Amino acid sequence: MSSVAQPSEPRRNDAGPDQNQRVASVEFFVVQFLTGLASAASLFLVASGLSIIFGVTRIVNFAHGAFYMLGAYVAYTLTDRFEGFFGFWGGIVVAALVVAAVGALLEIVLLRRIYRAPELFQLLATFGVTLMVQDLVVMIWGPEDLVGPRAPGLRGAVDILGLAVPTYDLFLIVLGPLVLGGLWILFHRTRWGVLVRAATQDRDMVAALGVNQTWLFTSVFALGIFLAGLGGALQIPRNAVTHLMDLSIIVEVFVVVVIGGLGSVLGAFIAAVLVSELNAFGILIFPKISIVLVFLVMACVLIVRPWGLLGRAEGPARQPAGLSIRPWRPMSQNQRLIMLAVVVAAGFAPFVTGDYALTVLAEIAVFALFAASLHFLMTVGGLASFGHAAYFGLGAYGAAFATTMFGMPMIGSLLLGPLLGVAGAILFGWFCVRLSGVYFAMLTLAFAQIAWSIAFQWVEVTGGDNGILGVWPASWASSPATFYWLALAVSVIGIVALRVLVFSPFGYALRATRDSALRSEAIGIDRSRVQWAAFVIAGTFAGIAGALFAFLKGSVFPDNLAIPMSVDGLVMVLLGGIETVSGAVVGAIVYKALAIWLVSQTDLSKLVLGAIIVLLVVAFPKGIVGFAEDLLARRRTRADDGGSAARTAPAKATAPTSGSGAAPIAAPKMEAAR
Amino acid sequence: MSTPILEVENLSKSYGGVHAVRGVSFTLAAGEILALIGPNGAGKSTCFNMLNGQISRDTGSVRILGRDTAGLRPREIWRLGVGRTFQITATYPSMTVRENVQVALLSHHRELGRLFGFAGARHHAEADRLLGLVGMRDLAERPCGELAYGDLKRLELAIALVNEPRLLLMDEPTAGMAPKERVALMRLTATIAREQSIGVLFTEHDMDVVFEHADRIMVLNRGSLIAGGTPAEVRNNPDVKAVYLGEGSVYGGEAAA
Repeated sequence: MSSVAQPSEPRRNDAGPDQNQRVASVEFFVVQFLTGLASAASLFLVASGLSIIFGVTRIVNFAHGAFYMLGAYVAYTLTDRFEGFFGFWGGIVVAALVVAAVGALLEIVLLRRIYRAPELFQLLATFGVTLMVQDLVVMIWGPEDLVGPRAPGLRGAVDILGLAVPTYDLFLIVLGPLVLGGLWILFHRTRWGVLVRAATQDRDMVAALGVNQTWLFTSVFALGIFLAGLGGALQIPRNAVTHLMDLSIIVEVFVVVVIGGLGSVLGAFIAAVLVSELNAFGILIFPKISIVLVFLVMACVLIVRPWGLLGRAEGPARQPAGLSIRPWRPMSQNQRLIMLAVVVAAGFAPFVTGDYALTVLAEIAVFALFAASLHFLMTVGGLASFGHAAYFGLGAYGAAFATTMFGMPMIGSLLLGPLLGVAGAILFGWFCVRLSGVYFAMLTLAFAQIAWSIAFQWVEVTGGDNGILGVWPASWASSPATFYWLALAVSVIGIVALRVLVFSPFGYALRATRDSALRSEAIGIDRSRVQWAAFVIAGTFAGIAGALFAFLKGSVFPDNLAIPMSVDGLVMVLLGGIETVSGAVVGAIVYKALAIWLVSQTDLSKLVLGAIIVLLVVAFPKGIVGFAEDLLARRRTRADDGGSAARTAPAKATAPTSGSGAAPIAAPKMEAAR
Repeated sequence: MSTPILEVENLSKSYGGVHAVRGVSFTLAAGEILALIGPNGAGKSTCFNMLNGQISRDTGSVRILGRDTAGLRPREIWRLGVGRTFQITATYPSMTVRENVQVALLSHHRELGRLFGFAGARHHAEADRLLGLVGMRDLAERPCGELAYGDLKRLELAIALVNEPRLLLMDEPTAGMAPKERVALMRLTATIAREQSIGVLFTEHDMDVVFEHADRIMVLNRGSLIAGGTPAEVRNNPDVKAVYLGEGSVYGGEAAA
């Protein structure tokens, strides 16, 4: 079970159950179309905000959904207190303004520190904010759903072709294009808008022209957040306000901006309409796969136009995650012996601890393997996956199917179960490796959501939300001690195998594609094939971890492949140190132990965890192992300097160098990667 | 001489009505060093990128060692025996200098698919030999991310020689280098080209480098070749003086037409 957050809610069903039963007629389709358009309005507001922020700051704001949710909650409070026409409409606008102010504060306090950081760090930091907001919202407004008032003046319904359409829906349908037009005027007819468009094309040039970038960024961020808050506030007459609405909207918004093209407001509008209509009609025509439908359309769009319908090709990617200035070395003989001693010591755990501790330790072992598999993709391959839990979860479901449907013994299930994860990685990976950077991250996230939707919706096979129970280990492995040994052995073998891969020729090919796509193509390396293979390898090991996890828990749930599980993995890698070869394992141990402890200590675990993530990104971007390596390297350098006074600067051609660690850590010269 | 290393015929490319390159034809023989020069926007880079497959061509043919390269990707053209260096260096900053060369060697021997075995131990001696050739044997253990720019340029040359190329494409090989380093690098390139009879095509803005090291020079302006020949011939060509080398003359208007 993940300790981070709840799974996102299933998408809201615009057509009520009674309407589903109705005979489909032309009139009904027209009304359904209008309902879809009304839903598109809010989606467009939120998505355009995300798009505008990305265009200028290049940050994909994961916390956008949190601000949408905040907008709804604040609007609920305001409209609840101040009734009447002005109370309601004033409350909506003031709510959006309040949220925009909070957003500006966040930009000033947090984002300004991470504008130059890799995309992954920005996504993670804003995800940390999302976690914190989730707990804060429950603290302030309580966990129950809140139902807002109806809009004064727009309470009734209009008769269209004999069917009643809420007046408020018609208002939203008109509002969408109005906002689109307003944004166009803002960007094309005001000085501020011209500056924003200029900054979208070339930030550095705008700065060189003497424009105060700092405040331009803050104002753009505030505008984007205002739109998100407004989108949330406008929802309260239509939907209940819940503390789960942030994750469901953010996934939908990601889909919209990916289809429309990041940075394009018009693209966001078209895509919002497309997605909303797909939702509205998908529920009628393909009720079983309605959630999947939108993602399928997105995958198709990305294959034809990798940067979305109206998006433009990204410039050269920023420094990818995992790129270290310090070349990696295989372990020395001594280090291997130390590792062996650690593993042997871990093997003695059952003689000194109780059953509960052993279950916890087995879980840590499973997650160490999961984190190591993500690390392989993310650090070695430079491909930050935001949906790695998909392959973990598929492996878990595979093992559960093998056990409960086909009555396989445990060993058979452990061997066959991960194949489902492998199959998923082969299929999804083929699409994902065509993209890079934030687009890769968002597509992996979307595919993980597809997998989650299937697990959630296909109740006959997966049991839906009830999961699959009774996946118990064979009798010989049923004691906590034996299962712990099994988990430890599988995990250690997996981690060693991944480490061998890092230093194999294939590992070098993978690092090559990460370091410089241009150079790799020029020396005959097929980038997408290498990255696809890496994706499948990472998916395989994640699947193995998932299969173990299923037997550890005795059950499988859709949670196992939900977003919070993916983010758990990302945080483990980051905590351990993204630039290191084996930081992920250390990160998994520390994080998992911390998370289990936190949940037992406090009700606000998400708040604490979110704060830890933000702190990590801002203060310790190199993680535990990276920090330790820095310390070691610095000490060695100092020892070197003490020995010979002659060595002053990182000398050129003639300076003798003894080894990797001894070289002074000069300022990284990353221009070469461009 | 036998079959030319590179035969370019009637190469053209336009971007939405702008003729970046039009009707360029030339050949390159083994062991020959050919410079492609011209003012900014003349079409040098477009030409180059069409030769190595980075962008597609509108018309014309490119034959490398007698083989038409139509539709081939850069990595496939590399397999034909083409080495290249970039205007802005492209190397692997997270690896050591030697590992940079080793990756290229592993690719050349088609060993990058192997999942086992320590790659750092493979082709060790061959990598060191190539690094020795460009005078970087001492820097083999250094992290590539720490190298000075001139050293990166030399490293690129070593990597370009990995697949025993017959053709070297060098896009501004000495850009960003100190004058002394420029001469040394081009001298080195010339020596290697003669010894291994490699055809070298390079673009360059430094006329000292061009006139000292090129056997033959082609001048590109507004997408078309306006002159070609030995350094002496090109130096005295009035058209070239008008559009490029200058002599107090105004930038030439219709010289290309």
